[in-house]
Amino acid sequence: MNRKFVMAFGLALAASASMAQTLRIGLAEDPDVLDPSLARSFVGRIVFASLCDKLVDIDEKLNIVPQLATSWQWSADNKSLTMKLRPGVTFHDGEKFDAAAVKFNIERHKTIAGSNRRGELLPVSSVDVVDDMTVRLNLSAPFSPLLTVLADRAGMMVSPKAAQANPANFGAKPVCSGPFKFVQRIAQDKITLERYDNYWDKANIHFDKITFQPIVDATVRLANLKSGQLDFIERVAPSDVAAIKKEGKLGLARITELGYQGITINTGKSDFAQKNPLGRDPRVREAFELSLDRAGIVKVAMDGEAEPGNQWVSPGNAFYAKNVPIPKRDVARAKQLLKEAGVPNPSFTLMTGTTSDAQRLAQVVQAMAKDAGFDVKIQSTEFATSLNLADKGQFEAYVLAWSGRADPDGNLFSFHGCKQPLNYSGECRANWDELLNRSRATLDPKERIKIFATLAAEIEKERPIIYLYHRNWLWAFNKKLTGMRTVPDGLIRVQGLKM
Amino acid sequence: MTQYLAKRLAAILPTIFFVTVIIFTLQQLLPGDAATIMAGEDQDPNVIAYLRQKLHLDEPIPVRYGYWIWGVLHGDLGESLRIQEPVLGLILQKLPVTLELAAMAMLIALVIGIPAGIVSAIGKDSVWDYAANVVALWGLSTPNFWLGILMILLFSVQLGWLPASGYVSPFEDLGGNLAAMIMPAFVLGNAIAALLMRHTRSAMLQVLNADYVRTARAKGLDERTVVLKHALRNALTPIITLGALEFGTLLSGAVLTEQVFSIPGFGKLIVDAVFNRDYAVVQGVVLFTSTVYIVLNLLADLAYFLVNPRLRA
Repeated sequence: MNRKFVMAFGLALAASASMAQTLRIGLAEDPDVLDPSLARSFVGRIVFASLCDKLVDIDEKLNIVPQLATSWQWSADNKSLTMKLRPGVTFHDGEKFDAAAVKFNIERHKTIAGSNRRGELLPVSSVDVVDDMTVRLNLSAPFSPLLTVLADRAGMMVSPKAAQANPANFGAKPVCSGPFKFVQRIAQDKITLERYDNYWDKANIHFDKITFQPIVDATVRLANLKSGQLDFIERVAPSDVAAIKKEGKLGLARITELGYQGITINTGKSDFAQKNPLGRDPRVREAFELSLDRAGIVKVAMDGEAEPGNQWVSPGNAFYAKNVPIPKRDVARAKQLLKEAGVPNPSFTLMTGTTSDAQRLAQVVQAMAKDAGFDVKIQSTEFATSLNLADKGQFEAYVLAWSGRADPDGNLFSFHGCKQPLNYSGECRANWDELLNRSRATLDPKERIKIFATLAAEIEKERPIIYLYHRNWLWAFNKKLTGMRTVPDGLIRVQGLKM
Repeated sequence: MTQYLAKRLAAILPTIFFVTVIIFTLQQLLPGDAATIMAGEDQDPNVIAYLRQKLHLDEPIPVRYGYWIWGVLHGDLGESLRIQEPVLGLILQKLPVTLELAAMAMLIALVIGIPAGIVSAIGKDSVWDYAANVVALWGLSTPNFWLGILMILLFSVQLGWLPASGYVSPFEDLGGNLAAMIMPAFVLGNAIAALLMRHTRSAMLQVLNADYVRTARAKGLDERTVVLKHALRNALTPIITLGALEFGTLLSGAVLTEQVFSIPGFGKLIVDAVFNRDYAVVQGVVLFTSTVYIVLNLLADLAYFLVNPRLRA
């Protein structure tokens, strides 16, 4: 009798434990506003992945997979995309998700004041409600990255009713249709989400609550995981990887990022370019690149937790241009190039961030380039200031990372297109623009690979950006956590996660 | 007394006005452009233009100051552009956290610092004096963030006694709240304790040699009464000033400690706001804390009256 009671009590305890389970995630930063139209940070996207479903998603191999849209079809002229929507989906306020909601959302993304999605959806000229569950996006010109754009914040759908009711402060209390609904946010402390009972894929959701806690210091984030206050942390410091591997109760996952770390060189943004041999002469830039050993840089600056690379996508990416492989370090050739350029000891200033990682990278680059005769002066600059200096062209070389997009266009267009907002090098070439536009207008991946190969060869000649490596997204978690999916965008998919 | 009080009160308003001008101007002098940093990774020119207009960045600084001060006078400190929350709400959200942390740290500092200072003054050049000095020197020279991380490693990771970081509201769980606050409060209190100890010691040494103390002893009073009632009371004046100033500093946020322990107080709020050029938040918080600072100073001055009868004359 007694034993039975104990067993029953134990079972009841176990049941209640599994009934009210919270997934506690440690973030590296405090997210910005939680409105998909206005949001602009990587860390915010991690929260959105649990909160707001998108029209489509990407998988581990960067294929486009259904989410709120179940199928899609391009028109013959590639100027419209018709999407069939998932039936039976509701927003967290109970409102129905349908074609009218999609039209509202795309229009909201395009028109709301301060929208960060407007540029991404620029080619979308109008949205037609074909029927209740079918929507058509009409484009001003064919735009191959559209589906990957819709797999990110531009494809996130919010409740039209809630957005209209609270237009000025929607981001303070977002209402979407994802697996978890918004409960509370205490700035810099915690974001709490609660399981949405009417979620269309609720069979795959095994937690009742998720809390996101921003903990800036990587050591403290890890300490919280080790002491059991967190179940999952993102962006583990590469230097902590060895210790985590020794820890029996912790798991570690790594994914090569979609973005890159590189050095942008001012080749035409301002008169700084012509005043410095590095900005003036492509031979000097080639020598600079040849003085660098990317594998060595990764080892020292990133504790080996990155993949060396020389393009806007990593060598493992389907769109990597194989005709432009990573050059081997060649100090002798670098010296010769400098001699030919008439500047055996060129000097330039390398603007870099103030974090210890950025400093380490700059110092390794400085030491390696010195072997070829370069005198690199490191200028550590706080981020907001460096961005401003880069924008004004008041720099010679700038260490700048990009978080990356699923389509190579997102890593390319704004950086190498003429007068584009992220083109800090100032390099402006009509044939590059023509190739970039052609890659956007071509839907066939094989054709696009050819275009990117030509572009890579062209850009390699000028080197406005010297790409160095692609960092690993490093996650550490309680080993009891299973069902983790490592998608290269670095976001945490809660579907299927279990503990 | 009334006249003195009136004079001090009258001086507050121009001081606060001057503070608002300084806060505003200094912030505008920060390098970097609020609109560019707010626009995020993509740097969409339309977004930047929109933010410029919204933040009045195209207008001259005095006009921008006018917009801000007009709002402040109407009780509107503006809104955080980064997270779409009103600044006043953020301040009221963080204030209890920072107050609690500051009060706990101050308590720890007082409990350790003043007795240690008295003991080392009485037993000047004794073992106790040297021991207290060594501890004080250690407290003063230990960086907060380092001590914080070491404590986390010991008490949370190794021993598992305390949560590594984070904050729990005392209304939700008082035990959890104290467990979360004790380490950061100790880290902060530790440095102030050392400071208080040094000042108590030197103030006590001065008064212990004063004539009236000798008289008190000559009257045959026991040493306890001499030290605690006659000497300490006089020695307290500079310590109160120091305590109030330190408390004011604590209220304006213990940046590093809050960062290490992820305590969502003023320090974290303002650091994030500065790095993100969230002007309204920086201005609101600095205005608030400097006003508190000024008021605390006034209260410290008033406290002199209570402990020092000579000023009351």
